[in-house]
Parts: sequence; C-alpha cells; structure tokens
Amino acid sequence: MLTHIARRFLQAIPTLWLIATLTFLLLYLAPGGPFDEEKPVAPEIKEQIEAHYGLNLPLHQQYFRFMGNLLHGELGPSYKYAGWNVDEIIRQSFPVSLELGGFALLIALVIGIPIGVFAALRHGRLSESFLMSFAMIGICLPAFVLGPLLLLVFSSALSWFNPLGWSVASDRVLPALTLGLFYAAYIARLSRSGMLDVIQQDYIRTARAKGLTESRIVNIHALRTALYPVVAYLGPAIAGLISGSFVVETIFFIPGLGQFFVNSAFNRDYTLVMGTVLFYAVLILLFNLLVDLLQMWMNPRTRND
Amino acid sequence: MPDCFLRQTTLLLLIAWTAMWDVACAKKATNVERGNASKELYIGLGTEPSGLDPHITTGLTELYVLVAFLEGLATVNAETGAIEPGVAQSWEISEDGLSYTFHFDPKARWSNGDPVTAEDFLFSFERILTPALGAPYAYMLYPMRGAEAFNKGELKDFSKVGAQALNPTTLVIELEQATPYFLSLLTHNTWWPVHPPTILKHGSITDRISKWTKPGNFVGNGPFALESWRLNSSITAQKNPYYRAPETVGLNGIHFLPIEMNAEERAFRAGHLHLTSSVPIHRIDWYRENQPEDIRFDTALGVYYYMLNTTRGALGDPRVRKALAYSINREELTEHVLKAGQQPAYHFTPPNTGGYNTVAQLPHDPELARELLAEAGFPGGEGFPTFELLYNTSESHRTIAVAIQQMWKKELGIDITLYNQEWKAYLSTREAGNFDILRAAWFGDYDDPNTFLSLGETNNGNNHTGWNSPQYDTLLKQAANTLDPEARKAIFQQAEAILLEEMPVIPIYFYVTSKLINQSVHGWYPNILDYHPYQAVTLK
Amino acid sequence: MTKQRRESAAADARSLGQDAWERLCANRMAQLGGVLFIVITLLCLIGPILSSQTSAETNLAYGAQPPSADHWFGTDDLGRDIFVRTLTGGRISIGVGFAATFVALIIGLPYGALAGYFAGRTDTIMMRFVDALYALPFTIIVVLLTTFLGRSVWLIFLAIGAVEWLTMARIVRGQTRALRKLAYIDAAKVNGVSHLKILRRHILPNCLGPIIVYTTLTIPAVILLESVLSFLGLGVQPPMSSWGVLINEGAKKIDIYPWQLIFPALFFSLTLFALNFIGDGLRDALDPKGTK
Repeated sequence: MLTHIARRFLQAIPTLWLIATLTFLLLYLAPGGPFDEEKPVAPEIKEQIEAHYGLNLPLHQQYFRFMGNLLHGELGPSYKYAGWNVDEIIRQSFPVSLELGGFALLIALVIGIPIGVFAALRHGRLSESFLMSFAMIGICLPAFVLGPLLLLVFSSALSWFNPLGWSVASDRVLPALTLGLFYAAYIARLSRSGMLDVIQQDYIRTARAKGLTESRIVNIHALRTALYPVVAYLGPAIAGLISGSFVVETIFFIPGLGQFFVNSAFNRDYTLVMGTVLFYAVLILLFNLLVDLLQMWMNPRTRND
Repeated sequence: MPDCFLRQTTLLLLIAWTAMWDVACAKKATNVERGNASKELYIGLGTEPSGLDPHITTGLTELYVLVAFLEGLATVNAETGAIEPGVAQSWEISEDGLSYTFHFDPKARWSNGDPVTAEDFLFSFERILTPALGAPYAYMLYPMRGAEAFNKGELKDFSKVGAQALNPTTLVIELEQATPYFLSLLTHNTWWPVHPPTILKHGSITDRISKWTKPGNFVGNGPFALESWRLNSSITAQKNPYYRAPETVGLNGIHFLPIEMNAEERAFRAGHLHLTSSVPIHRIDWYRENQPEDIRFDTALGVYYYMLNTTRGALGDPRVRKALAYSINREELTEHVLKAGQQPAYHFTPPNTGGYNTVAQLPHDPELARELLAEAGFPGGEGFPTFELLYNTSESHRTIAVAIQQMWKKELGIDITLYNQEWKAYLSTREAGNFDILRAAWFGDYDDPNTFLSLGETNNGNNHTGWNSPQYDTLLKQAANTLDPEARKAIFQQAEAILLEEMPVIPIYFYVTSKLINQSVHGWYPNILDYHPYQAVTLK
Repeated sequence: MTKQRRESAAADARSLGQDAWERLCANRMAQLGGVLFIVITLLCLIGPILSSQTSAETNLAYGAQPPSADHWFGTDDLGRDIFVRTLTGGRISIGVGFAATFVALIIGLPYGALAGYFAGRTDTIMMRFVDALYALPFTIIVVLLTTFLGRSVWLIFLAIGAVEWLTMARIVRGQTRALRKLAYIDAAKVNGVSHLKILRRHILPNCLGPIIVYTTLTIPAVILLESVLSFLGLGVQPPMSSWGVLINEGAKKIDIYPWQLIFPALFFSLTLFALNFIGDGLRDALDPKGTK
C-alpha cells in the first residue's frame, strides 16, 4: 500500500511539470495580455508595465523564472487584482468551493444512490422507468437553466431562499442542488447498473436460497459491491464538482474558486491561471489517489500494478 | 420490499427536509431593510474591481469604489455637476490661465489623522508620472508643464515639473497652455493624492505589486475608509471620522457587491441591493411597465460606434462607408432594441458635450445609401465583399450587431458576417488592426469635445481605422491653442464635418446608463460621467 | 485462426449481435429514446421548411411575443421566430454532437488502444500526458482554438472533440489493457501476427461494446458542453443559433418571456434524455453481465 502511494506521488511530479509547462505555453500563445485595456496604453507605458512583471523577457527566460518561482512555492501576485497574491486568493475562495462541492456531493449521493438502487430492484417494471427518468433531470438541464428555474420557484415565488449569496446556512441549498443534481443522475445510473450486476450474481442467489431477508441481502452483500462503480466515479466527480462550479458560482454570487479559474483565463491573469490550474491538478491527483485507495480497500482483487 | 433500506433512506430524507424547512422559514431581513435602518448603502458593481490604486486603475467600476475613499483638489457637486472645493477650499487662476494656486482646507485629513499636505500631492504627481510605474492614464496630467516630458523619460528631474508646494497648505500648478477644462480634470482619479508614508511602507514609490491597498493598510482622505475587502464577495466602507466635512456625509457605511449583471437584477428585486450598476437590456421593458419608479435612465458621455478599416478593399471608398452609415435605422434600434432612451447618433460627439452641439449630421436615407453603393460599383449590393463585423462578447453587442446586419441586408442587399471574440482577444485584434468592421465605444474622460474628436487624429493610439487627414489634424491642433471657447467650438464643428464627410467611423447611438435604484435612496443624481459622490446620498 | 474456427467465431459474433439487438428492442426506455430522437431529428431537418418564417429575419418593432398563429413558438427580442430558430439550432447542436464525438473517437480510440496494448512505459507516458491535458483550463484552450482556427462553427466541435478524446482514450485503454492478457493474444503473438492486426482483429472487436456505449453517451455530453461554452460566450456565432445559445438567452428571461426558454429547453432536454437512454439501453444490451 505504502509503496503504491509513494509511487503515485513520484509519478505526480512529472505530470504536474507537464501541466505547468503546457499551461505556460497556452498562455503565451493566447492573444492579448493582462494589461490590455480598452483605451490602449502608450507603448512606452506598456513597456514599463511589462518590465515590472517580467513579461518583456524572451520566452525561455520567462519560463525559467516562472519555474524557479514555482519550485520555491511562490505562486506570485495576481496580474489582474493588484495587491492580491495568488495563494491569498486561493486560500480565501477554495474553502467556499469545497463546501459547495461537499454539499453538492452529499445531495448527489443522497438522491442518486436510493433512486438507482430502487430502480434496480424494480428492474423491468414501470416504476424503474419513472425513477430513472426523474434522475435524468440533472443531466438534461444544465446548471444555468436549472439554477434560474429553482430560483424562480423557491426564491422568487415562495421566498424560501435568498436569490444569491453565501452568508446564511440556507444559501447553500439551491446552489448545492443545482450543482449536485447533475452528479445525482450519474450516480443513480451507476448505482442501478452496479446493483443490477450484483443482484444477478450467483452469490446473491445463494444468499436468497439460504433464506436471508431481502433487506439484509441488499444492505450487506449487494450494496457494497454495487456501490463499487459509484466509488470509482467519485474521483472525477469530486474533481468536476470543485472545478466545474463556475456556472453555479456566477448565478448565485458565490465567492468560490471556480469563478477565478475561468475568469483568470479571460483576464489573461497569467499567475492566477497557473496557480488555479496547478492547485486543481494537485487536488485531482490527490482525490484520484484517495478513491483508488478506497477501491482497493473495498475490493482487494483490483490491486494490480 | 427491503424495508430496512427504505426506512433508512426515508429517515435521512425526512431529516434533510426538516432541516431545510427550519432554515428556510427563519425570518430574514433583507439587505435593503437592514441598510435603511443602519444607514448603510448596498450597491452593485457588476464586476470585481481590478484594484484600488487610483494611479493604476482605468475603469469605471474602480472609480465607483475609489470615490468613497479618496478626494482630489476639487470635487463635483452631486446635484449640479459644478466643480466644487475638495481638498482645496479655494483657488486662484492667473490671467493668462497658465497658473493655478490652490489653498487647502485645514480640516483635510487622511483616515489615520495625518493632515493632507501639498507635499502629498507632489508625491502623488511624481508617482503617477514616473515612467517606472507604468500608469496607463498618466496622460491626464499632461496639461501640467513638464509632465509629459517627465512621463516619457525626457525630463529626469521632477522638481522641474510645473507643481510646487509654497507651504503645506498651498499648491501651485503651472500648465503648458491654457486649458479651459483643467478644473474638471482635477476630479479624475489620476489627479488624486495617495498617502506617502503608506505607499513607502509597503514598497517603493513605483511599486505596482504592493499591498498598500489592502484593508488595514489603505489610508485615504475621502468620506469613507476601507473596512474589509473580500474578492468576488464584497468591499465594505465605513464613515471616515477624519474626513474634512463629516457633517455632509449622510451614510454610515457602504457595501460594494461585485455581482454579475443578471444576478444583480435578481438581487435588486429581492431587496438585496439598493442600487445596481446596470440593467440587462431585456429587463428594461419589464421595469418600465411594472416598476417604473425603480429604473433610472441617465445620459452618459459616450458614443457607440462601428470602426471601419479603411485599408480593406471597398471600405477604402467613402461612398461605401457612407452607404453603410446612411442605411442604419437608428430610431428603430434605440426604440425597439435598446429601449433605455438612448439617442440615435447622427454625429460623433454626444450632444451638449462641454456646451458643444454638432451642426453637421448624417442622414438616415436608405435610398441615398443605395445610390452611393451603386456609384461605388456595387449596384443592389452585387459583388460586395462579405466583410466581417467583429464585436466583443456581450448580449447587447450581439443583439445590435444582428439587427444592423439584417438592416444592411434588407436595405443594401449585402451580406456581412458576424464574429465575436472574448474581451482580451478582441482588444488584441483591434490593436493589430485585424478587422473589417469593429464595434467600439468611447466615453469621454472629461466634458469636452476634444476627448471625442481627438480619436480621428493621425497619431492617436485609438485610431485603428487607417484613416487620417492632415486637414483634420491641423484643425484639432488649432483648437488646442485657441482660448476663446466660441472660436474653439467653431473649429471643432469644422473638424467634425470632415469626419462625417469621410465616415471612417459610423456613430450609432449615444449612451444612456440604466440603473435600478431603490426608492429609499436619495441624493443620487444623474451625471454624464457617471460620477456620483457618496456624500450626498442618504437613505430614508 | 483456421478457416473453420474463423467461421464459427463470425457466426458467434453475429448471433451475439442479434442477441444484443433483441435485448435493446425489449428495453422500454431505449425504445422511447430512439423514437424521440428520430422524431426530433426529423423535425429539425424538415420543420423549418414547413414554416413560413426564417431564422435570421428580424422584426424589431414586433419584439418578443408569446406563441401565436404566425409564430408557433413565439418570438425572441429581435422578433425572430423561435420555432425555426429552435429547429435550425437543433441541426447545429445535433451536428456538433455527432461531429465532436467523431473527432473524439478518431483521436481517442487509436491513442487509448496503443497505450493499453503496449502497456508498460509507453502506457505510463501516454496516460500521464492525458492526465496533464485533463487538468488544463478548458477556457484557454477554446479561446486559443477560436483565435487560430478561424471563425467557422466547425471549430466548436473541434474544440469539444479536443477535450472529449481524453476520456475516450481512457476508456479504450482500460478495455485494451484487460484484453491483452488473454491467452489467445499471446498465441497470436507467438504466431507472429503483427501488432496492428492483433489490435484490429482481436482486441478492438471485443472492446466494441463499451466503446459503442461510451460513444453514444458522449454525444449528449458534447451537446451539453456546447451549451456551457455558450454560457461563456464562446459558442456558435449569430445569426446561427444552437440550442446552447437559445437556452442561455432564454434562461435569463425565464420569468418574463418563458416561451423563449421552454421550447428550446424542451428539445434540448428531450434529445439528451433520448440519447442517454439509448446509450444505457446499449450498455444493458451489449454487456448485461459484465462489470465496468
């Protein structure tokens, strides 16, 4: 186990290096820079600004400078938000995204798993179709439609919730629902197919033959194995939840990292782009590792490599 | 039925549901209610400001916030728009108009108690003009003698620049030439002071990457002080006890919320904001019909226009350009698409800019347009190249572009393709002159026709049309040297007539800012530069 | 393989295929999905011809109006007919869906197959590269592509395909890796069959199931992704529309001009719904007992 973890850490380093380099190249190639404004700046002034940030150096020099800073753990100042450092911005906004992602995941699991399991248990019947159709709402309605829809009903019409913000506890509900329903749909599907696979397995028939009650079978034997693909999906799901929250954050005015992730690219805020990309990359690698470990614990037979 | 599992799930869902109910049913006061009680204004910004350093920022969003924290030598009367004393309580102008002497208000203080001195202003002028800072708007100080030379690195000694501190409360500024609108320049953030000890504590005078603007560090001389700042969340301001005239300040605090336009409108409707920064174009009709008392339209000093690249084939022919300009039905656009009372633009400089009203007009005449196009060799639009119209990504730009594209098709029989780029890519393309037709806008930096007409000058950095006219340049230079306001306006009339005859740009409409303002807000007056000092604002 | 064994293998494959088809047809939801999708596609292709309206013509004075005899789905803010715009938008969205998925397939399939087949060092390097690309900011990539590849609508599907191929590669790699350990592959290798032939004849046909399923499920994912791109302003250019553009615009006016959202969103959702259920049905049909 430990060697596996160590190996994954070692493998992560070249991956992260590759990500940093590719992002650097992409930013270099993208037209426009962080300091381009509508009322263009005199060329001498532009030179001064670029000198300040080292943007006038030749490509390879910029690259080494940037890499050197990274190795020292310095993500640098944001180019767009004067006075703010990248790590400051990440530290301020990541906990918000994490909370949002956490609640969304909770909703996804709480809604998705029961629907999928029940649908599997009613395989072939009409109720299965209804359940799965209901689950599909998340996949068929993108967040920027679902969000305003939920807002229209629960905020405008019923006044149960604030239309935006992240201050009161109830502010978490609608955004988490908007974000989570998408993943609920996938989890419902995976739970259902996982459950279906398991139910038809021999050992379940044996358990039934032995006379165990249905719920015991479901809970103890079937569920664990059935949820296996759900666990496998958690890796990309968590990554998606945390980095894909841009739409939800914009609609609900949530000060999370997702907005910075996307807007920094539009602003050509080179340091912030780099910082958020690397941060997310590390997170994704970490979560994938955790999920893999969880899978290994759940089913020792998948230990390959 | 596996009832154990069913029971567990139902229980979980019930708990979640009850929790939601508890939380949802708790009575919450809206921001507006709370703000009215505690005299705190909740204002939407539309986007997060890029910084709070008055010498580096370039946008209106930043100005909205900075105007609470800093004050210049002069201010603007919120209601009348007239120039009023700021840090300087009085001033004298020499006969030749080249020398201004400012006498400071002895009560003028920084938010840490330090008095505001003339040396502070010298320091600030030096800061923004020093080339190493790379201040994009340093040119606003060029009317000051020697400022341009210093900023361009030709003059190295700042003491030779035309600003002098006779004593801590007297500042003398000398100009290159008589500038009639000079006092209005002083209200622009580039002329505002910064607190020297604060700047130097967090870096050198020209350090861009400095933390001096962060809460806890920021020291300003305005009616409010920076209390907290959370990116993409809020900037809060508290009444500044050291402000020179605290009795004029009607609010106790301000909350700036950088909410995106559509969410901002929702926030307003729910009582989350007193004031928004704009109104989505598709909501205007609804507010007009249902809540007309909440929506406010004010003329702004800006023109929306299409820039034509005169180096691209047929666009080099003024007849073609005029055909494009004459065939646009601006009335239809402003009435049915924009709906905020925008004025159709039949000339380039907005009406009543510094008292100047353009005489020359371009007509709305599709018939004439067709004739011109035929004359230019494209009868009925035949053979007309498919030019591309580039605009930066935005719902309203797209709507207007689509409408105009259809107008050109219907009236002239030509096909124009639309293309949009996100902001930075658009700026880059524009800078490179890599376009046929480009959507653009220009907002006056100050209330004078020069800020608009100078766009047509040959060496103007914003002139990407490839068009220039030595005659035009001469006229504008002449205007710069003319003291008599009427004579000056006459010269501008001639220049603008040339512009409309050559049509390198197609003016479309003059801007109107639309905002949602809660009825409890008083003291928010229209201003063409969208400049609203917060001292005048009160909540009832 | 001897001629006999080849023939019986082919016969097996055919009967497996028939078997799968039967299972698919028995799947109620997949059937519904299939019908829905065909109906919607037909509507999108033929519908605009049936209507007297056009998709680009504006009528500024008319503005946004609810459904009426002239405009079956109502009009948008510029007076354009929503019925025609929804259907022509559907052509773009569905077209982009298929095209981008195709791009993802042609890149991802060989890439994943090679990585999974050769395993070892090659596999590690190739998949690390995929991991790295996964982490890159999608926004920047699309901005770059839009700048360099010009202004056509087809570049949208290129951009999306450029992202989707990564997951496709992963899936194919996983399948290939599992299969390469089988005994008859070793036998083929020993017999001197070239790698390419092994891949073509033995490995890929056996992966076909999951690949088909995943491809079918990628199409709705692409259509969804296109709508997110429109949210960012990076989508299809006017006067062309796509469902993504329409539902983005409509969502903003959900409380004042609901018809601008309802109709495009209905088509959008039903198409995604249909394609997802077809994909699920295919998965059930082709791989009823296997685990993922």
